[in-house]
Amino acid sequence: MAYSEKVLDHYENPRNVGVLEDDDSVGTGMVGAPACGDVMKLQIKVSDAGIIEDAKFKTYGCGSAIASSSLVTEWVKGKSLDEAAEIKNTHIAEELALPPVKIHCSVLAEDAIAAAIDNYRSKKQ
Amino acid sequence: MSDIKLPIYLDYSATTPIDPRVAAKMSEYLTIEGNFGNPASRSHEFGWVAEEAVDLARQQVADLVNADPREIIWTSGATEADNLAIKGAAHFYKKKGNHIITMKTEHKAVLDTCRQLEREGFEVTYLDPEENGLLDLEKLKAATTDQTIMISVMHVNNEIGVIQDIEAIGEFARERGIIFHVDAAQSTGKVEIDLERLKVDLMSFSAHKTYGPKGIGALYVRRKPRVRLEAQMHGGGHERGMRSGTLATHQIVGMGEAFRIAQEEMATENERIRMLRDRLYNGLNDMEEVYVNGDIEHRIAGNLNISFNFVEGESLIMALRDLAVSSGSACTSASLEPSYVLRALGRNDELAHSSIRFTIGRFTTAEEIDYAVVLVRAAVEKLRDLSPLWDMYKDGIDLNSVEWVAH
Ligand SMILES: Cc1ncc(COP(=O)(O)O)c(C=O)c1O
Repeated sequence: MAYSEKVLDHYENPRNVGVLEDDDSVGTGMVGAPACGDVMKLQIKVSDAGIIEDAKFKTYGCGSAIASSSLVTEWVKGKSLDEAAEIKNTHIAEELALPPVKIHCSVLAEDAIAAAIDNYRSKKQ
Repeated sequence: MSDIKLPIYLDYSATTPIDPRVAAKMSEYLTIEGNFGNPASRSHEFGWVAEEAVDLARQQVADLVNADPREIIWTSGATEADNLAIKGAAHFYKKKGNHIITMKTEHKAVLDTCRQLEREGFEVTYLDPEENGLLDLEKLKAATTDQTIMISVMHVNNEIGVIQDIEAIGEFARERGIIFHVDAAQSTGKVEIDLERLKVDLMSFSAHKTYGPKGIGALYVRRKPRVRLEAQMHGGGHERGMRSGTLATHQIVGMGEAFRIAQEEMATENERIRMLRDRLYNGLNDMEEVYVNGDIEHRIAGNLNISFNFVEGESLIMALRDLAVSSGSACTSASLEPSYVLRALGRNDELAHSSIRFTIGRFTTAEEIDYAVVLVRAAVEKLRDLSPLWDMYKDGIDLNSVEWVAH
Protein backbone atom coordinates (compact mmCIF):
# COMPACT_ATOMS: atom_id res chain seq x y z
CA MET A 1 0.00 0.00 0.00
CA ALA A 2 1.31 3.41 -0.89
CA TYR A 3 1.13 6.11 1.76
CA SER A 4 0.94 9.84 1.13
CA GLU A 5 3.91 12.04 2.01
CA LYS A 6 1.97 13.59 4.86
CA VAL A 7 1.02 10.25 6.37
CA LEU A 8 4.63 9.15 6.17
CA ASP A 9 5.81 12.38 7.75
CA HIS A 10 3.43 12.10 10.71
CA TYR A 11 4.24 8.43 11.05
CA GLU A 12 8.00 8.97 11.01
CA ASN A 13 7.83 12.08 13.23
CA PRO A 14 4.64 11.89 15.24
CA ARG A 15 3.78 15.20 16.94
CA ASN A 16 2.73 15.44 20.59
CA VAL A 17 3.13 11.82 21.61
CA GLY A 18 2.64 11.33 25.30
CA VAL A 19 0.39 11.49 28.30
CA LEU A 20 -0.96 14.52 30.19
CA GLU A 21 -1.21 14.35 33.93
CA ASP A 22 -4.86 13.91 34.70
CA ASP A 23 -6.63 16.70 36.53
CA ASP A 24 -9.77 18.81 36.12
CA SER A 25 -8.29 20.78 33.26
CA VAL A 26 -7.60 17.66 31.19
CA GLY A 27 -10.09 15.78 29.03
CA THR A 28 -9.28 12.27 27.88
CA GLY A 29 -10.93 10.43 25.01
CA MET A 30 -10.20 6.84 24.14
CA VAL A 31 -11.93 5.36 21.11
CA GLY A 32 -11.66 2.24 18.98
CA ALA A 33 -11.01 -1.33 20.03
CA PRO A 34 -7.99 -3.61 19.85
CA ALA A 35 -10.00 -6.23 18.00
CA CYS A 36 -10.73 -3.71 15.23
CA GLY A 37 -7.06 -2.90 14.88
CA ASP A 38 -7.04 0.62 16.23
CA VAL A 39 -7.31 2.43 19.55
CA MET A 40 -6.76 6.18 19.86
CA LYS A 41 -6.21 8.02 23.10
CA LEU A 42 -6.39 11.79 22.82
CA GLN A 43 -5.91 14.19 25.72
CA ILE A 44 -6.54 17.92 25.76
CA LYS A 45 -5.54 20.45 28.41
CA VAL A 46 -7.97 23.36 28.58
CA SER A 47 -7.19 26.80 30.00
CA ASP A 48 -9.55 28.73 32.29
CA ALA A 49 -10.52 30.80 29.25
CA GLY A 50 -11.69 27.59 27.52
CA ILE A 51 -8.83 27.33 25.05
CA ILE A 52 -7.03 24.06 24.36
CA GLU A 53 -3.45 24.82 25.29
CA ASP A 54 -1.93 21.38 25.00
CA ALA A 55 -2.79 18.03 23.42
CA LYS A 56 -1.16 14.61 23.52
CA PHE A 57 -1.95 11.30 21.92
CA LYS A 58 -1.11 7.63 21.91
CA THR A 59 -2.38 5.39 19.15
CA TYR A 60 -2.39 1.69 18.48
CA GLY A 61 -3.18 1.33 14.81
CA CYS A 62 -2.01 1.53 11.25
CA GLY A 63 0.13 4.36 9.87
CA SER A 64 -2.95 6.31 8.80
CA ALA A 65 -4.43 6.07 12.29
CA ILE A 66 -1.19 7.29 13.84
CA ALA A 67 -0.99 10.15 11.34
CA SER A 68 -4.65 11.14 11.89
CA SER A 69 -4.22 11.42 15.63
CA SER A 70 -0.89 13.20 15.33
CA LEU A 71 -2.44 15.74 12.97
CA VAL A 72 -5.41 16.31 15.25
CA THR A 73 -3.18 17.16 18.22
CA GLU A 74 -1.66 19.93 16.10
CA TRP A 75 -4.99 21.22 14.92
CA VAL A 76 -6.81 21.40 18.25
CA LYS A 77 -4.13 23.41 19.98
CA GLY A 78 -5.13 27.06 20.37
CA LYS A 79 -8.76 26.35 19.53
CA SER A 80 -11.79 26.73 21.78
CA LEU A 81 -13.75 23.57 22.52
CA ASP A 82 -16.49 24.55 20.08
CA GLU A 83 -13.94 25.26 17.37
CA ALA A 84 -12.20 21.94 17.99
CA ALA A 85 -15.52 20.15 17.75
CA GLU A 86 -15.85 21.45 14.23
CA ILE A 87 -12.89 19.48 12.97
CA LYS A 88 -14.47 16.81 10.80
CA ASN A 89 -13.13 13.57 9.47
CA THR A 90 -13.36 14.90 5.92
CA HIS A 91 -10.83 17.67 6.80
CA ILE A 92 -8.44 15.10 8.23
CA ALA A 93 -8.85 12.68 5.32
CA GLU A 94 -8.30 15.48 2.84
CA GLU A 95 -5.23 16.86 4.56
CA LEU A 96 -3.61 13.42 4.75
CA ALA A 97 -4.89 12.25 1.36
CA LEU A 98 -6.27 9.07 2.91
CA PRO A 99 -7.50 6.41 0.50
CA PRO A 100 -11.10 5.18 0.89
CA VAL A 101 -10.08 2.11 2.94
CA LYS A 102 -8.46 4.42 5.50
CA ILE A 103 -11.32 6.87 5.96
CA HIS A 104 -12.26 5.09 9.18
CA CYS A 105 -8.99 6.36 10.71
CA SER A 106 -10.10 9.94 10.24
CA VAL A 107 -13.54 9.10 11.62
CA LEU A 108 -11.87 7.67 14.68
CA ALA A 109 -9.80 10.84 15.13
CA GLU A 110 -12.96 12.95 14.97
CA ASP A 111 -14.55 10.66 17.55
CA ALA A 112 -11.48 11.03 19.75
CA ILE A 113 -11.81 14.82 19.79
CA ALA A 114 -15.49 14.56 20.72
CA ALA A 115 -14.74 12.04 23.45
CA ALA A 116 -11.99 14.20 24.94
CA ILE A 117 -14.24 17.27 24.94
CA ASP A 118 -17.10 15.29 26.52
CA ASN A 119 -14.78 14.01 29.19
CA TYR A 120 -13.52 17.49 29.98
CA ARG A 121 -17.03 18.93 30.14
CA SER A 122 -18.32 16.15 32.37
CA LYS A 123 -15.55 16.95 34.84
CA LYS A 124 -16.62 20.60 34.89
CA GLN A 125 -20.22 19.91 35.76
CA MET B 1 26.39 -3.74 7.04
CA SER B 2 26.72 -1.35 4.16
CA ASP B 3 26.84 -4.16 1.63
CA ILE B 4 23.37 -5.42 2.49
CA LYS B 5 20.88 -4.91 -0.30
CA LEU B 6 17.57 -3.49 0.89
CA PRO B 7 14.84 -4.51 1.20
CA ILE B 8 15.88 -7.86 2.61
CA TYR B 9 13.79 -10.71 1.22
CA LEU B 10 12.39 -12.81 4.07
CA ASP B 11 9.25 -14.08 2.34
CA TYR B 12 10.38 -17.38 0.84
CA SER B 13 7.02 -19.00 1.59
CA ALA B 14 5.30 -16.51 -0.68
CA THR B 15 7.63 -17.37 -3.50
CA THR B 16 11.31 -18.01 -4.12
CA PRO B 17 13.64 -16.57 -6.72
CA ILE B 18 14.47 -19.02 -9.46
CA ASP B 19 17.82 -20.65 -8.85
CA PRO B 20 20.26 -19.45 -11.56
CA ARG B 21 20.92 -23.09 -12.54
CA VAL B 22 17.20 -23.50 -13.13
CA ALA B 23 16.94 -20.31 -15.17
CA ALA B 24 19.85 -21.45 -17.33
CA LYS B 25 18.12 -24.77 -18.09
CA MET B 26 14.82 -23.09 -18.85
CA SER B 27 16.34 -20.70 -21.34
CA GLU B 28 17.42 -23.67 -23.44
CA TYR B 29 13.77 -24.41 -24.23
CA LEU B 30 12.49 -21.15 -25.65
CA THR B 31 13.99 -19.84 -28.87
CA ILE B 32 14.69 -21.07 -32.37
CA GLU B 33 18.23 -21.93 -31.26
CA GLY B 34 16.83 -23.95 -28.39
CA ASN B 35 14.36 -26.80 -28.01
CA PHE B 36 11.08 -24.99 -28.46
CA GLY B 37 9.12 -27.93 -29.85
CA ASN B 38 5.73 -29.18 -28.73
CA PRO B 39 6.26 -32.35 -26.70
CA ALA B 40 3.07 -33.73 -28.25
CA SER B 41 4.48 -33.49 -31.80
CA ARG B 42 5.18 -37.10 -32.70
CA SER B 43 6.21 -36.59 -36.29
CA HIS B 44 9.55 -34.79 -35.97
CA GLU B 45 12.73 -34.24 -34.01
CA PHE B 46 11.55 -30.99 -32.36
CA GLY B 47 8.75 -32.83 -30.64
CA TRP B 48 10.88 -35.79 -29.66
CA VAL B 49 13.53 -33.63 -28.00
CA ALA B 50 10.91 -31.69 -26.08
CA GLU B 51 9.21 -34.89 -24.99
CA GLU B 52 12.52 -36.24 -23.74
CA ALA B 53 13.05 -33.09 -21.67
CA VAL B 54 9.57 -33.45 -20.18
CA ASP B 55 10.20 -37.11 -19.37
CA LEU B 56 13.44 -36.26 -17.59
CA ALA B 57 11.71 -33.54 -15.56
CA ARG B 58 8.92 -35.95 -14.67
CA GLN B 59 11.54 -38.37 -13.40
CA GLN B 60 13.25 -35.62 -11.39
CA VAL B 61 9.99 -34.59 -9.73
CA ALA B 62 9.10 -38.22 -9.04
CA ASP B 63 12.55 -38.86 -7.58
CA LEU B 64 12.27 -36.11 -4.98
CA VAL B 65 9.15 -37.75 -3.54
CA ASN B 66 10.04 -41.38 -4.32
CA ALA B 67 7.19 -41.92 -6.78
CA ASP B 68 6.84 -43.44 -10.23
CA PRO B 69 7.07 -40.83 -13.03
CA ARG B 70 3.80 -42.18 -14.44
CA GLU B 71 2.14 -40.89 -11.27
CA ILE B 72 3.06 -37.24 -11.99
CA ILE B 73 0.51 -35.02 -13.79
CA TRP B 74 1.66 -31.53 -14.80
CA THR B 75 -0.56 -28.63 -13.78
CA SER B 76 -0.23 -24.85 -13.71
CA GLY B 77 0.63 -24.87 -10.02
CA ALA B 78 -0.52 -26.15 -6.66
CA THR B 79 -3.81 -24.29 -6.92
CA GLU B 80 -4.76 -26.24 -10.01
CA ALA B 81 -3.41 -29.46 -8.52
CA ASP B 82 -5.59 -28.96 -5.42
CA ASN B 83 -8.62 -28.27 -7.61
CA LEU B 84 -8.00 -31.28 -9.81
CA ALA B 85 -7.39 -33.58 -6.86
CA ILE B 86 -10.34 -32.55 -4.73
CA LYS B 87 -12.96 -31.89 -7.39
CA GLY B 88 -11.67 -34.71 -9.58
CA ALA B 89 -11.86 -37.35 -6.85
CA ALA B 90 -15.10 -36.01 -5.35
CA HIS B 91 -16.81 -36.17 -8.73
CA PHE B 92 -15.45 -39.62 -9.54
CA TYR B 93 -16.32 -41.17 -6.17
CA LYS B 94 -19.58 -39.33 -5.46
CA LYS B 95 -21.57 -42.56 -5.64
CA LYS B 96 -19.57 -43.85 -2.67
CA GLY B 97 -20.38 -40.91 -0.43
CA ASN B 98 -20.63 -37.14 -0.20
CA HIS B 99 -18.52 -36.23 2.82
CA ILE B 100 -15.07 -34.59 2.79
CA ILE B 101 -12.89 -33.69 5.77
CA THR B 102 -10.29 -30.93 5.76
CA MET B 103 -8.87 -28.35 8.19
CA LYS B 104 -9.58 -24.68 8.82
CA THR B 105 -5.91 -23.86 8.37
CA GLU B 106 -5.65 -25.14 4.79
CA HIS B 107 -4.66 -22.88 1.90
CA LYS B 108 -7.49 -21.11 0.10
CA ALA B 109 -6.88 -23.33 -2.89
CA VAL B 110 -8.22 -26.22 -0.80
CA LEU B 111 -10.81 -24.30 1.24
CA ASP B 112 -12.44 -22.55 -1.68
CA THR B 113 -12.48 -25.75 -3.70
CA CYS B 114 -14.30 -27.43 -0.82
CA ARG B 115 -16.74 -24.53 -0.67
CA GLN B 116 -17.50 -25.06 -4.32
CA LEU B 117 -18.18 -28.75 -3.66
CA GLU B 118 -20.54 -27.74 -0.84
CA ARG B 119 -22.48 -25.70 -3.38
CA GLU B 120 -22.68 -28.84 -5.51
CA GLY B 121 -24.19 -30.77 -2.60
CA PHE B 122 -21.17 -32.30 -0.88
CA GLU B 123 -20.76 -31.99 2.86
CA VAL B 124 -17.46 -30.73 4.21
CA THR B 125 -16.13 -30.81 7.77
CA TYR B 126 -13.50 -28.16 8.53
CA LEU B 127 -11.52 -29.36 11.55
CA ASP B 128 -9.95 -26.98 14.05
CA PRO B 129 -6.25 -27.53 14.72
CA GLU B 130 -4.87 -27.74 18.22
CA GLU B 131 -3.38 -24.55 19.65
CA ASN B 132 -0.01 -25.49 18.15
CA GLY B 133 -1.50 -25.79 14.66
CA LEU B 134 -1.36 -29.59 14.51
CA LEU B 135 -4.23 -31.93 13.82
CA ASP B 136 -5.41 -34.23 16.58
CA LEU B 137 -5.87 -37.58 14.85
CA GLU B 138 -8.62 -38.55 17.27
CA LYS B 139 -10.69 -35.59 16.15
CA LEU B 140 -10.25 -36.66 12.56
CA LYS B 141 -11.37 -40.18 13.42
CA ALA B 142 -14.37 -38.83 15.27
CA ALA B 143 -15.41 -36.71 12.29
CA THR B 144 -15.28 -39.63 9.86
CA THR B 145 -18.56 -41.21 8.77
CA ASP B 146 -19.47 -43.99 6.36
CA GLN B 147 -20.13 -41.22 3.83
CA THR B 148 -16.55 -39.86 4.02
CA ILE B 149 -14.82 -40.23 0.65
CA MET B 150 -11.86 -37.90 1.05
CA ILE B 151 -9.54 -36.33 3.62
CA SER B 152 -7.43 -33.33 2.57
CA VAL B 153 -4.73 -32.16 4.99
CA MET B 154 -1.72 -30.08 4.01
CA HIS B 155 1.80 -31.25 4.73
CA VAL B 156 3.38 -27.92 5.75
CA ASN B 157 1.31 -24.87 6.58
CA ASN B 158 2.21 -21.80 4.54
CA GLU B 159 1.74 -19.32 7.39
CA ILE B 160 3.08 -21.04 10.48
CA GLY B 161 5.27 -23.71 8.90
CA VAL B 162 4.02 -26.59 11.05
CA ILE B 163 4.34 -30.11 9.67
CA GLN B 164 1.30 -32.38 9.92
CA ASP B 165 1.74 -36.07 10.62
CA ILE B 166 0.65 -37.24 7.17
CA GLU B 167 2.03 -40.69 7.86
CA ALA B 168 -0.46 -41.31 10.67
CA ILE B 169 -3.34 -39.70 8.81
CA GLY B 170 -2.53 -41.83 5.76
CA GLU B 171 -2.56 -45.05 7.78
CA PHE B 172 -6.00 -44.21 9.10
CA ALA B 173 -7.37 -43.13 5.73
CA ARG B 174 -6.12 -46.26 3.96
CA GLU B 175 -7.52 -48.51 6.65
CA ARG B 176 -10.93 -46.89 6.13
CA GLY B 177 -10.70 -46.83 2.35
CA ILE B 178 -10.81 -43.03 2.22
CA ILE B 179 -8.88 -41.07 -0.43
CA PHE B 180 -6.14 -38.96 1.18
CA HIS B 181 -5.01 -35.74 -0.52
CA VAL B 182 -2.05 -33.70 0.71
CA ASP B 183 -1.15 -30.18 -0.38
CA ALA B 184 2.65 -30.33 -0.33
CA ALA B 185 3.29 -26.94 -1.97
CA GLN B 186 5.31 -25.81 1.04
CA SER B 187 7.15 -29.00 1.88
CA THR B 188 9.19 -30.04 -1.17
CA GLY B 189 12.88 -29.59 -0.46
CA LYS B 190 12.09 -28.90 3.19
CA VAL B 191 10.71 -32.16 4.53
CA GLU B 192 11.52 -35.62 3.24
CA ILE B 193 8.65 -37.16 1.30
CA ASP B 194 8.60 -40.89 0.55
CA LEU B 195 5.45 -41.77 -1.33
CA GLU B 196 6.36 -45.42 -1.46
CA ARG B 197 6.01 -45.53 2.31
CA LEU B 198 3.40 -42.81 2.93
CA LYS B 199 -0.20 -43.82 2.32
CA VAL B 200 -1.03 -40.69 0.40
CA ASP B 201 -3.21 -40.99 -2.70
CA LEU B 202 -2.99 -37.50 -4.16
CA MET B 203 -0.31 -34.87 -3.55
CA SER B 204 -0.08 -31.31 -4.89
CA PHE B 205 3.21 -29.62 -5.76
CA SER B 206 4.28 -26.18 -6.87
CA ALA B 207 7.62 -25.20 -8.46
CA HIS B 208 7.88 -21.60 -7.30
CA LYS B 209 8.17 -22.40 -3.60
CA THR B 210 11.25 -24.50 -4.34
CA TYR B 211 13.36 -22.17 -6.53
CA GLY B 212 11.54 -23.06 -9.73
CA PRO B 213 9.32 -20.92 -11.94
CA LYS B 214 5.81 -19.69 -11.16
CA GLY B 215 2.94 -21.12 -13.15
CA ILE B 216 3.93 -24.78 -13.02
CA GLY B 217 3.15 -27.53 -10.59
CA ALA B 218 2.13 -31.15 -10.50
CA LEU B 219 -0.34 -33.56 -9.00
CA TYR B 220 0.79 -36.98 -7.83
CA VAL B 221 -1.91 -39.57 -8.56
CA ARG B 222 -1.25 -42.97 -7.00
CA ARG B 223 -1.29 -46.01 -9.27
CA LYS B 224 -1.26 -48.74 -6.64
CA PRO B 225 -3.89 -48.81 -5.30
CA ARG B 226 -5.19 -46.88 -8.25
CA VAL B 227 -6.90 -43.53 -7.69
CA ARG B 228 -9.29 -42.23 -10.32
CA LEU B 229 -10.10 -38.62 -11.13
CA GLU B 230 -12.62 -36.85 -13.29
CA ALA B 231 -10.75 -34.37 -15.50
CA GLN B 232 -11.44 -30.69 -14.87
CA MET B 233 -9.75 -29.43 -18.04
CA HIS B 234 -10.87 -30.98 -21.31
CA GLY B 235 -9.10 -30.90 -24.64
CA GLY B 236 -6.39 -32.83 -26.39
CA GLY B 237 -6.20 -35.57 -23.79
CA HIS B 238 -2.74 -34.76 -22.50
CA GLU B 239 -1.49 -36.22 -19.22
CA ARG B 240 -3.49 -39.42 -19.59
CA GLY B 241 -6.63 -37.40 -20.13
CA MET B 242 -6.46 -35.98 -16.65
CA ARG B 243 -5.24 -32.55 -17.70
CA SER B 244 -5.40 -31.34 -21.28
CA GLY B 245 -3.29 -28.51 -22.60
CA THR B 246 0.04 -28.25 -24.44
CA LEU B 247 2.82 -28.89 -21.97
CA ALA B 248 4.89 -25.82 -21.07
CA THR B 249 8.27 -27.41 -21.74
CA HIS B 250 10.44 -24.62 -20.34
CA GLN B 251 8.37 -24.43 -17.16
CA ILE B 252 8.41 -28.19 -16.73
CA VAL B 253 12.16 -28.37 -17.32
CA GLY B 254 12.55 -25.64 -14.70
CA MET B 255 10.48 -27.52 -12.15
CA GLY B 256 12.44 -30.71 -12.82
CA GLU B 257 15.80 -29.01 -12.38
CA ALA B 258 14.59 -27.20 -9.25
CA PHE B 259 13.43 -30.45 -7.70
CA ARG B 260 16.67 -32.22 -8.69
CA ILE B 261 18.67 -29.52 -6.90
CA ALA B 262 16.33 -29.72 -3.91
CA GLN B 263 16.90 -33.44 -3.58
CA GLU B 264 20.64 -33.07 -3.85
CA GLU B 265 21.02 -30.15 -1.45
CA MET B 266 18.13 -30.26 0.98
CA ALA B 267 19.98 -31.89 3.86
CA THR B 268 22.79 -29.33 4.03
CA GLU B 269 20.54 -26.47 3.03
CA ASN B 270 18.01 -27.10 5.76
CA GLU B 271 20.72 -27.27 8.37
CA ARG B 272 22.04 -23.87 7.32
CA ILE B 273 18.56 -22.37 7.18
CA ARG B 274 17.67 -23.74 10.60
CA MET B 275 20.73 -22.02 12.07
CA LEU B 276 19.65 -18.72 10.55
CA ARG B 277 16.10 -19.17 11.80
CA ASP B 278 17.34 -19.89 15.32
CA ARG B 279 19.58 -16.84 15.10
CA LEU B 280 16.53 -14.73 14.25
CA TYR B 281 14.44 -16.35 16.96
CA ASN B 282 17.12 -15.87 19.61
CA GLY B 283 17.50 -12.25 18.55
CA LEU B 284 13.82 -11.52 19.23
CA ASN B 285 12.78 -14.00 21.87
CA ASP B 286 14.04 -12.05 24.90
CA MET B 287 11.68 -9.13 24.18
CA GLU B 288 8.61 -8.81 26.37
CA GLU B 289 5.26 -10.13 25.15
CA VAL B 290 6.33 -11.97 22.01
CA TYR B 291 4.60 -15.20 21.05
CA VAL B 292 5.62 -17.79 18.48
CA ASN B 293 2.64 -19.00 16.46
CA GLY B 294 2.56 -22.72 15.79
CA ASP B 295 4.54 -25.60 17.18
CA ILE B 296 8.25 -24.81 17.29
CA GLU B 297 9.39 -28.46 17.04
CA HIS B 298 7.15 -29.79 14.27
CA ARG B 299 8.04 -26.98 11.93
CA ILE B 300 10.13 -26.46 8.81
CA ALA B 301 13.55 -24.92 9.31
CA GLY B 302 12.88 -21.67 7.47
CA ASN B 303 9.73 -20.41 9.19
CA LEU B 304 9.35 -18.08 12.15
CA ASN B 305 5.88 -16.70 12.74
CA ILE B 306 5.81 -14.43 15.74
CA SER B 307 3.38 -11.97 17.32
CA PHE B 308 4.36 -8.77 19.07
CA ASN B 309 1.64 -7.95 21.56
CA PHE B 310 0.28 -4.36 21.78
CA VAL B 311 1.68 -3.44 18.37
CA GLU B 312 -0.61 -3.19 15.36
CA GLY B 313 0.42 -5.28 12.38
CA GLU B 314 0.09 -2.85 9.52
CA SER B 315 2.10 -0.14 11.27
CA LEU B 316 4.70 -2.76 12.05
CA ILE B 317 4.94 -3.72 8.38
CA MET B 318 5.23 0.00 7.59
CA ALA B 319 8.06 0.37 10.08
CA LEU B 320 9.74 -2.64 8.54
CA ARG B 321 9.79 -1.29 5.01
CA ASP B 322 13.34 -2.56 4.63
CA LEU B 323 12.19 -6.13 5.25
CA ALA B 324 10.05 -8.06 2.81
CA VAL B 325 7.93 -10.08 5.25
CA SER B 326 4.29 -11.13 5.51
CA SER B 327 1.80 -9.88 8.05
CA GLY B 328 -0.95 -11.79 9.79
CA SER B 329 -3.48 -9.20 8.83
CA ALA B 330 -4.56 -8.70 5.29
CA CYS B 331 -4.35 -4.93 5.11
CA THR B 332 -5.18 -4.80 1.43
CA SER B 333 -8.82 -5.54 2.12
CA ALA B 334 -11.19 -2.83 3.24
CA SER B 335 -11.72 -4.33 6.64
CA LEU B 336 -8.67 -5.41 8.53
CA GLU B 337 -9.08 -9.17 8.61
CA PRO B 338 -6.77 -11.04 10.92
CA SER B 339 -5.26 -14.22 9.52
CA TYR B 340 -7.79 -17.05 9.53
CA VAL B 341 -4.97 -19.49 10.26
CA LEU B 342 -3.96 -17.70 13.47
CA ARG B 343 -7.61 -17.32 14.41
CA ALA B 344 -8.05 -21.07 14.04
CA LEU B 345 -5.19 -21.59 16.51
CA GLY B 346 -7.25 -19.61 19.01
CA ARG B 347 -5.06 -16.52 18.89
CA ASN B 348 -7.02 -13.38 19.79
CA ASP B 349 -7.46 -10.70 17.14
CA GLU B 350 -4.76 -8.43 18.58
CA LEU B 351 -2.12 -11.13 18.50
CA ALA B 352 -3.22 -12.24 15.06
CA HIS B 353 -2.98 -8.66 13.81
CA SER B 354 0.51 -8.17 15.19
CA SER B 355 2.05 -11.29 13.71
CA ILE B 356 4.93 -11.30 11.28
CA ARG B 357 5.91 -14.29 9.16
CA PHE B 358 9.61 -14.48 8.45
CA THR B 359 10.55 -17.16 5.95
CA ILE B 360 14.21 -17.79 5.29
CA GLY B 361 15.67 -19.46 2.23
CA ARG B 362 18.56 -20.38 -0.02
CA PHE B 363 19.93 -16.87 -0.49
CA THR B 364 19.48 -15.50 3.05
CA THR B 365 22.70 -14.57 4.86
CA ALA B 366 23.62 -14.26 8.54
CA GLU B 367 24.28 -10.52 8.04
CA GLU B 368 20.74 -10.08 6.73
CA ILE B 369 19.33 -11.85 9.78
CA ASP B 370 21.37 -9.72 12.17
CA TYR B 371 20.22 -6.58 10.43
CA ALA B 372 16.61 -7.75 10.51
CA VAL B 373 16.84 -8.30 14.28
CA VAL B 374 18.02 -4.72 14.80
CA LEU B 375 15.23 -3.33 12.61
CA VAL B 376 12.48 -5.38 14.23
CA ARG B 377 13.51 -4.53 17.75
CA ALA B 378 13.66 -0.80 16.97
CA ALA B 379 10.27 -0.87 15.22
CA VAL B 380 8.52 -2.71 18.03
CA GLU B 381 10.01 -0.37 20.62
CA LYS B 382 8.95 2.71 18.70
CA LEU B 383 5.40 1.46 18.20
CA ARG B 384 5.04 0.39 21.81
CA ASP B 385 6.07 3.90 22.88
CA LEU B 386 3.15 5.07 20.77
CA SER B 387 0.71 2.44 21.96
CA PRO B 388 -1.93 3.21 24.60
CA LEU B 389 -2.39 -0.55 24.98
CA TRP B 390 1.25 -0.96 25.98
CA ASP B 391 0.81 1.73 28.67
CA MET B 392 -2.28 -0.03 29.98
CA TYR B 393 -0.45 -3.34 30.03
CA LYS B 394 2.41 -1.73 31.92
CA ASP B 395 -0.10 -0.27 34.40
CA GLY B 396 -1.41 -3.77 35.03
CA ILE B 397 -4.78 -3.21 33.36
CA ASP B 398 -6.45 -6.30 31.93
CA LEU B 399 -7.40 -5.28 28.40
CA ASN B 400 -10.20 -7.84 28.36
CA SER B 401 -11.90 -6.01 31.22
CA VAL B 402 -12.01 -2.71 29.31
CA GLU B 403 -15.23 -1.64 27.63
CA TRP B 404 -14.08 -0.51 24.22
CA VAL B 405 -15.92 2.06 22.17
CA ALA B 406 -15.94 0.19 18.90
CA HIS B 407 -16.69 2.05 15.72
C1 LIG C 1 0.01 -24.51 0.86
C2 LIG C 1 -0.16 -23.89 -0.49
N1 LIG C 1 -1.01 -24.43 -1.37
C3 LIG C 1 -1.19 -23.91 -2.59
C4 LIG C 1 -0.51 -22.79 -3.00
C5 LIG C 1 -0.75 -22.26 -4.38
O1 LIG C 1 0.30 -22.62 -5.22
P1 LIG C 1 0.42 -22.02 -6.69
O2 LIG C 1 0.87 -20.61 -6.51
O3 LIG C 1 1.46 -22.87 -7.36
O4 LIG C 1 -0.91 -22.13 -7.34
C6 LIG C 1 0.38 -22.19 -2.12
C7 LIG C 1 1.12 -20.96 -2.47
O5 LIG C 1 0.60 -19.87 -2.54
C8 LIG C 1 0.55 -22.74 -0.84
O6 LIG C 1 1.37 -22.18 0.05
